[in-house]
Amino acid sequence: MRIKTFSGGVHPFEGKKYTEKKKTETLPQPKSVAIPLAQHIGAPTSLLVEKGQEIKAGQKIGEANGYISVPVHASIAGKVKSIADIDHPVAGRGRAVIIEAAETECWVETIREQKDYFDLSPDEMRERIREAGIAGMGGATFPTHVKLAPPPDKKIDVAILNGVECEPYLTADHRLMLENPEDILNGFRLIMKILGVKRGIIGIENNKKDAVRVMQGHIKKNDHIEIGIFPVKYPQGAEKQLIKATLNRDVPSGGLPMDIGVVVQNVGTAKAVFDAVAFRRPLTHRVVTVTGPGIKEPKNVLVPIGTSFQEVVDFCGGLTEKAAKIIMGGPMMGIAQPHLNVPVVKGTSGILILEEKQSHLAPEEPCINCGRCVEVCPSHLLPTTLQNLVDYDRIEEAGRLHIMDCIECGSCSFICPANRYLVQSIRHGKRQLIQMRKKAS
Amino acid sequence: MNETVEKLFVSSSSPHVRDTDSINKIMWTVNLALLPALLMAVYFFGTKALWLTLLAVAAAVITEGLIQKITHKPLRLQDGSAVITGILLAFNLPASAPWWMPVVGSVFAVAIVKELFGGLGNNILNPALAARAFLLASWPVQMTASWVAPREGTLSGISAITGATPLSLLKDSAKIIANPQSFDPSQVQQAQEAIANLSSSYTNLLIGNVGGCIGETSVIALLIGALIMFYRHVISWQVPFSYMGTVAVLAWIFGGSEGFFTGNWIFHILSGGLILGAFYMATDMVTSPLNSKGQIIFGVGCGILTVAIRLWGGYPEGVSYSILLMNLAVPLIDRYTVPTVFGEVTKK
Repeated sequence: MRIKTFSGGVHPFEGKKYTEKKKTETLPQPKSVAIPLAQHIGAPTSLLVEKGQEIKAGQKIGEANGYISVPVHASIAGKVKSIADIDHPVAGRGRAVIIEAAETECWVETIREQKDYFDLSPDEMRERIREAGIAGMGGATFPTHVKLAPPPDKKIDVAILNGVECEPYLTADHRLMLENPEDILNGFRLIMKILGVKRGIIGIENNKKDAVRVMQGHIKKNDHIEIGIFPVKYPQGAEKQLIKATLNRDVPSGGLPMDIGVVVQNVGTAKAVFDAVAFRRPLTHRVVTVTGPGIKEPKNVLVPIGTSFQEVVDFCGGLTEKAAKIIMGGPMMGIAQPHLNVPVVKGTSGILILEEKQSHLAPEEPCINCGRCVEVCPSHLLPTTLQNLVDYDRIEEAGRLHIMDCIECGSCSFICPANRYLVQSIRHGKRQLIQMRKKAS
Repeated sequence: MNETVEKLFVSSSSPHVRDTDSINKIMWTVNLALLPALLMAVYFFGTKALWLTLLAVAAAVITEGLIQKITHKPLRLQDGSAVITGILLAFNLPASAPWWMPVVGSVFAVAIVKELFGGLGNNILNPALAARAFLLASWPVQMTASWVAPREGTLSGISAITGATPLSLLKDSAKIIANPQSFDPSQVQQAQEAIANLSSSYTNLLIGNVGGCIGETSVIALLIGALIMFYRHVISWQVPFSYMGTVAVLAWIFGGSEGFFTGNWIFHILSGGLILGAFYMATDMVTSPLNSKGQIIFGVGCGILTVAIRLWGGYPEGVSYSILLMNLAVPLIDRYTVPTVFGEVTKK
């Protein structure tokens, strides 16, 4: 199924060539890992282990706190060396369990093939997903079991599997589709079963024709699953834009996909769902694309969560002389890291290393009102106007111009010929508005 | 994971990559696009056209540099926007203009219209057009009285009204035909011939072999430049096409001497400063609306005003005033054309 695209968007340099043909390699077991207790959106987990304790791989080390929260598991077997605050790639700082690896690999016994897992009730499946600590692996890390439990008044009729991977450079999802199509599809079948939907669509961008072929080959007749092929454009993988392009349904301003009967899950999440339901395997590893001009041997690597960026980078031949910027994720929405001493977390889809000449943002110049930011904004906002309002502290007015509808995709800043820090100002304005509204209530 | 860190990498907020286009590239593309028309102007009006253009550019650049220096603003002459102002101003002068005229015009354009309002990006009016209006009001005789005839002869060889622009010829002829009793018969006959000959003059209009301002006459050269700008995404279709489309439709309906729907719209599109105005001046990013809906309203407004001035106003030409008037309406247009936010319709 060939599909039209959403309105707006940009075409950044794709950069997928570095790693798209490279088979996923498994990182040798690291000597130690630092596993943050908070790796998802929602309440952080509470500690279950203590210093000096011997633990197995897959053992739960942090318990979920409340409904919008998921547990955290050990990714290697070993001894808890310490519990300390460390630099966190998303949160800045965060508490983590630091585990020193044991001589031999040793997994918890509960991980094994489960009988008749497909006949479980949706509630039992959701419980296994939650127990496995799964949070959206496209990068947003929202607890998956919550997304799979829409309130009864929201009738879901379509599930979309997001294999778009529109962020430049990243190929982790692409490789996963090529190497584990059956697991992904099984996960998607489970997701459809949990939601009780009769229609599934897998969204893939047109630059991954091989993935389309492979996935197509594994779809069975009575799956009710079809593949949507999208033109290459950023941010095609953003949830609202993906739904708009696929089904021509608009997620209401301030609403969620479930409001219009849709749930979107990432392909990596689908694989994790399959592992959780069929094997009771917790989320302890993920595929990370290590790429960019600043790394000697770009690779797709299967990494235990908690491994330091340094160790992953070393496995890929180390940094080049010119390496100057470390980004967790892609170049459009990724987070710059001041150093490599941060752990891989559940949302680490990539480690992108840029060179000196790409690393510095040019100084801002005056806006010449060219309107390109308006043209590319997928949320149909007026980025330049919003920036002016935020810069002059007119936050309320920015709110009336729907600043909260910004999905922070960065297309405006990307396209601006005056190098204006549009999304950066808008992000700042959103935080301020949230604070103001909190204070007011 | 130890806490000692030796080297810190560059940190900044996403996105970390940018498109390679820049203000400088945009502005210099416009300058490049203006070159063909300048070449044609030199061919038809002689080297005087070149000197006037160079004087205007030099005055604009020097004024901008001086003001940025005096006001301690960063010097940004390299962006080429002052050069555009200079060229466009010269393009709006007759080739007979005295040497000081482009200088006075450029100083006014850059100092008063642009820098006084905050410099690049902040001016309300198109600097070159505002300066032209200023010159026209201050020295009407030098600005309109003596159109230099292009070197290959005047339009259609009409001698009665020498050195006219095609549009003033049309307007004067129409006036004569409307009141034949107050003119002598030979004049009436010439006027009738002039109007009859209009459609045979398309070739001259296209290449620019007609009277007019330095840069406005050669339609072909201007269109080549416009193609360059389209290709480089410096202008979009909304403003020029809604502008010219409106002019064409209205001129066709109201512009004929034999009643409605008899107007010669092709002539109206090709003559005067419409092509120059629609592609190079109404499209000025700074002084046109932000989004495409607003740009269409802006273009239609320019078209209505242009035809109104040409057909019923005191001047033969209405492009510059109509664009200036619409420039003033841009903040209002922007306010009423805020796009509907993604997902807002469904909510209601």
